[in-house]
Amino acid sequence: MEDGAQTKVQTSIVIQKAPFDMKVEYDALRSASLEVGAVTTFVGTVRDINDDDEVKTLHLEHYPGMTEKELAKILDEAAERWQIISATVIHRVGELFPGDEIVFVGIASRHRGDAFHSCEFVMDYLKTRATFWKKEKTADGDRWLSTRESDLEAAKSWQD
Amino acid sequence: MSFKVIFFANLREELGMESLDVSADGIKDIPALIEHLSVSHGDEWRATLTADNILVAVNQELTKDSLAINDGDEIAFFPPVTGG
Repeated sequence: MEDGAQTKVQTSIVIQKAPFDMKVEYDALRSASLEVGAVTTFVGTVRDINDDDEVKTLHLEHYPGMTEKELAKILDEAAERWQIISATVIHRVGELFPGDEIVFVGIASRHRGDAFHSCEFVMDYLKTRATFWKKEKTADGDRWLSTRESDLEAAKSWQD
Repeated sequence: MSFKVIFFANLREELGMESLDVSADGIKDIPALIEHLSVSHGDEWRATLTADNILVAVNQELTKDSLAINDGDEIAFFPPVTGG
């Protein structure tokens, strides 16, 4: 098949409380096709310091139904822009602690450029469009996080 | 007409409610729904639901140009997202 021609993308979108296993996800992305020549994976983790305060726990909630739909749209948009064979998004919700893994994005493509760019695109759009909300528990009390300007800029940069 | 109204994150905490069912005639758009809720629950609802940056989704789609709503719609109010 010619590069650039699109076949159906194998996608997996999961929102769960449980941790995920990188190796299992990587294997699933690869096993989609022997045409896979590049796999990129991104993992976001909980930091122990945010805005100079020590984070004790992180509470994550989402809008069931809408979140999955929005993530599916983001993967569709990525597949329109880059050659993608398989894509996985896993996002955790509930109580998380510093060091915990929060989010996984994995993309398998024929070539690395498509895998690198689309993985970053999906993550940038997830940050600004997927309906998740974080609340930090710090020594000074609980606080809901607000959207970072740098995240909005990152998502906007893909529209230029 | 009846609607399901849902709140997330700090909105849920400020309003002390996760969701509610609204039954009333003549509510044709989001501003009318907010007005109805504010009359029923108090003026602080108007302030919370019309605060800067509050997003509204109708049937799990973000509202853009149209604020119209129809019988049976699910309407959600929430702050800007902060996942990832």
